[in-house]
Amino acid sequence: MSRLTRPTLAATLLAALSAALGGCEKSPATNSPAAGSTAAGASADTFLVGHYASMTGSEATFGVSTDNGIRLAVSEQNAAGGVNGRQITLITYDNQGKPQESVTAVTRLIDQDHVVAVLGEVASSRSLAGAPVCQRKGVPMITPSSTNPDVTAVGNMISRVCFIDPFQGYVGAKFARENLKLSKAATLYNRAQAYSSGLNSNFIDSFKKLGGEVVSEQAYSDGDNDFSAQLTAIRQMGAEFIYVPGYYTEVVNIAKQARKLGLDVPLIGGDGWDSEELRNAGSSLNGCYFSNHYSQEDTRPEVQEFVKRYQAEYGKVPDGLAALGYDSVRLLFDAAARAQSLSGADLARAINSTKGFKGVTGTITIDAKRNATKDAVVLEVVDGVPKYKATIKPD
Amino acid sequence: MSNLLAQSRALAPTTWTVVLRALWPFLLGIAVGLFAYFYAGPELGGYHAQIARVAGINVILAVSLTVVNGFAGQFSMGHAGFMAVGGYVAAGITYYGTMRLVDPAQLSNGLFIGGLLSWTGIGQFEGPVLTWGDALFVGSCLVGGLAAAGAGYIVGLPSLRLKGDYLAIVTLGFGEIVRVLFQGTKDQIPPWQAETVRDIPWYDLMLRLGGPKGMNLLPTYTTLFWVYLFATLTLIFCYRLKVSSSGRALLAIREDEIAAQAMGVDITRYKVRAFVLSAFFAGVAGGLYAMDIGALNAGDLGFQKSFDIIIMVVLGGMGSISGAALAAIILTILPELLRSPPMVWPAGLALLIIVAAVQSARGRWRPRSLIVIAVVTAALEIGRRVAIANGINLADYRLVLYASLLITMMLARPQGLFGIHEIWEMIPRRRPQTAGADE
Amino acid sequence: MTQFLQTLFDGITVGCLYALIALGYTMVYGILKFINFAHSDVFALGAWMSITIAGWIGLGLTGQPTPPWYMGVLVLLGAMGVCGVVGFVIERVAYRPLRNAPRINVLITAIGVSLFMQNFGQLRFAFGAYPRPFPRLIDNTALFAVAGVAVRLPDLAVIGTALALMAALQFLIYRTKFGTAMRAVSFSPRNASLMGVNVDLVISFTFVVGAMLAAAAGFLYGVKYEGQAKQTADAMWVMLGLKAFVAAVVGGIGNVRGAVLGGLLIGLIEFFGVAYLSSQYRDAYVFAILILVLLLKPEGVLGRATVEKV
Repeated sequence: MSRLTRPTLAATLLAALSAALGGCEKSPATNSPAAGSTAAGASADTFLVGHYASMTGSEATFGVSTDNGIRLAVSEQNAAGGVNGRQITLITYDNQGKPQESVTAVTRLIDQDHVVAVLGEVASSRSLAGAPVCQRKGVPMITPSSTNPDVTAVGNMISRVCFIDPFQGYVGAKFARENLKLSKAATLYNRAQAYSSGLNSNFIDSFKKLGGEVVSEQAYSDGDNDFSAQLTAIRQMGAEFIYVPGYYTEVVNIAKQARKLGLDVPLIGGDGWDSEELRNAGSSLNGCYFSNHYSQEDTRPEVQEFVKRYQAEYGKVPDGLAALGYDSVRLLFDAAARAQSLSGADLARAINSTKGFKGVTGTITIDAKRNATKDAVVLEVVDGVPKYKATIKPD
Repeated sequence: MSNLLAQSRALAPTTWTVVLRALWPFLLGIAVGLFAYFYAGPELGGYHAQIARVAGINVILAVSLTVVNGFAGQFSMGHAGFMAVGGYVAAGITYYGTMRLVDPAQLSNGLFIGGLLSWTGIGQFEGPVLTWGDALFVGSCLVGGLAAAGAGYIVGLPSLRLKGDYLAIVTLGFGEIVRVLFQGTKDQIPPWQAETVRDIPWYDLMLRLGGPKGMNLLPTYTTLFWVYLFATLTLIFCYRLKVSSSGRALLAIREDEIAAQAMGVDITRYKVRAFVLSAFFAGVAGGLYAMDIGALNAGDLGFQKSFDIIIMVVLGGMGSISGAALAAIILTILPELLRSPPMVWPAGLALLIIVAAVQSARGRWRPRSLIVIAVVTAALEIGRRVAIANGINLADYRLVLYASLLITMMLARPQGLFGIHEIWEMIPRRRPQTAGADE
Repeated sequence: MTQFLQTLFDGITVGCLYALIALGYTMVYGILKFINFAHSDVFALGAWMSITIAGWIGLGLTGQPTPPWYMGVLVLLGAMGVCGVVGFVIERVAYRPLRNAPRINVLITAIGVSLFMQNFGQLRFAFGAYPRPFPRLIDNTALFAVAGVAVRLPDLAVIGTALALMAALQFLIYRTKFGTAMRAVSFSPRNASLMGVNVDLVISFTFVVGAMLAAAAGFLYGVKYEGQAKQTADAMWVMLGLKAFVAAVVGGIGNVRGAVLGGLLIGLIEFFGVAYLSSQYRDAYVFAILILVLLLKPEGVLGRATVEKV
């Protein structure tokens, strides 16, 4: 008899657990507004916007920054009366920085919450997982900051408010070649990251086309924090500058370690550098440059207004991701006001026909490939603070 | 003599029973798959069906790992590596195979050329139930499984020399090396350059697996039908293995290797077999996984993914197939539930009453388990209330809660949900006892 | 020549760090025979506690001069103290109830603890999700240069502190009565308890010492890489921990001298691999060496082979 006690306990435990799980699983389904209709989020009084992002995990800062920017825009728009008289509700789901979780999060946003449109993701690999779901289900998706060209090629539901990697690689190469008159480059990139390795190859292509030479191509991987071996190899090759298309989390440490090795050449990078945390580098990033979507020093009123409000709300200077998140949702509101209806197809048409939208990150025009054509700025780092240096236009 | 021969002949099973015995798992799998696809899927809706697919794939992974970790007692920490091998091979064959075999002009809906049973799109599907696109998909999953089985053979060989934690570390190292190798492959050819694919030979195509970006925009063939067909087959196969002589041999190795060897069990062969079988199913699951989410990235199939699968196996009970399957389902749903933590006190109270009732009926009180349930429920509920009152977004604490629950479960029930038993071994055993005299 | 010397120097410095972390793995394995997967998170905690404590006493703010050396020691001791307490709590709460359970259960619990620490650490009221800079606690100017390789105080501090701590541990284990008790428990907990050794106390102590060494490694990590500390859930911490664990296995797990040797070996192999072969396969070198060593000499370079008796 006693032999049975434990298995029975286990069985009841399990039964109760599964009952609890099953019971809870159903409740959101019945609560969600107007299940069944195609544009359910719009038929209620609220305008539901979904956002999937890496709110936890090793890339949490990207999701948090973007989400902050989006939230700011949503609260401003709500204060101004919402979209077409409807108040906006933002639903953010965490994807832990994983593609599979992105698919689940996007499916939940569309099928469970019936959002009007989806925003996300920062990393192209996650956008590429979420985009086919949106395309298949006919819900527009705007990616704030995925710069990989493949993302918008998924279909007519997918668009973006940032420039794409080939352009950014070109900007870096052109700036180095023409503004700084440098000809011998080395690169140091994260090969485990779609963003970094894509930008690396785009930069190399452009730099060679402009008559430069790449003397050394070094890579690191997620979880590496010691770059001295690569930097030693680069020092050996006599490069005039190093192209570092990584995130600021690595760039600060790369700069510190390079200076420690006596490697005093400038580093040049992309929008992944942009963060207030760059000041952690102190003076070691002086004389380094990176291409970005906007400059906080931009005197345009929308930029200054945004920077002021963001600082009042979150207590820090907005980075590029926050600005792009802000722009992406505002572009959505703009399109929703112009759209004939809030059905996926009409809304996507309105988004894709956006012309001359005045965003914080520049004037955005969505082109035939649903990419944003706009200028890039190059910023110089002075004691960890980015200062405006040049504007480079698409050619 | 001839009498004996005739008797033995009469005992031999007739042809049709043999055929039936071989076939019924497939028939059952197809039945379960059809039920899941045509009945459960529409009932669940898109989001829950997505969770159900992930749960089914996790069932295959957990049950297949049970063969190595649970039956044979060989501690493998590289299961995600096998999954990656199978997934990449399957994804490569399906992706490039579609481009090579189909006129690009016909690919109106992405790369999809499957039939009704693979239809994951929106709206009504008009067309045949199965087409050769499905054959390509299922075939590539099986080839992926075979490739993974080959990798399993290579990894299984060191298990002749190593045991316990050392084997675990080697399998972990294997998984990491697989990850690094797949991240070193060349860029994928995007769907809009399908024409160029025809001029590239197969061996070269299989080197273009996306590198660090992973494979993206894969055709999504995986439906509830295929997932639950394979899950059913895996469950039946592993259960049959467990109760067969091979399974007994594996269990003997788990309990005591030296004693098993003394009893004439060929340890080497059985260990390697366990690895190969387990890797095969993991490879198939990898293929289903890739074609479910439409993307595959080696970076996500590192040791953390292996740990997730091990957790399922241990939580279900080492060697319990049904336990591993249930744990896989629970652990798939749990993190999703924690996105918006539900009220727990009704479930906690019910659980408390049930456990108390069971204990009083048995006449054996175990206050410790009651206290654990009460405290955990109260803590979760108070935490939830406090969070709501203070406007804290509980979704931020999702993984902290998940980790806490994992630790609590391990402490409260170290042998897993079912120990080494299967669920059904617990239920019917009560009947003869209650019907017959007391024990 | 410069490149060779530079690589050698970097490899040795990082190898010392690996060795310090590896000691924690190897001590726990030696006594409890299980892989403490939460160890890398204690290491991360050590680094983050160093930053926090330095912040509390107002050190290392930008523009401030480098504080006197004893402030660094103070921060180090503070971080070691906090991590020691955390190590004690982890063992008491999560591992001790499972003392007689199968090892795989303890392993799963360790993974649970690791997940908990990673995700708790990145909560807003803990350390947060944003990286923070390590304060400059030791002067960073080059002391002298050998054939183009600049030798700096932080690197020497890393090597010096690591060696000092390892020597202290060696003394503790082989020259003190408590060390004898530790070795006895590692040999056979049951027999040790029959001889009057308080097994629970010894195990708690082992965890505390292991956690303190990890904290020291975290502090030294900050001294060496003063750029910025990534948040606790970053893959970086786990990967460093994993490599340190590989070092412990390669050197012979359960063996203190082996951990040191393994750490140096892994550090050198990694750095020479990246410098002279390719930076693409950095992690693969480490794991390939691991598999090679395990296949040729499964007990590790300095490990002792055990013969299983029936």
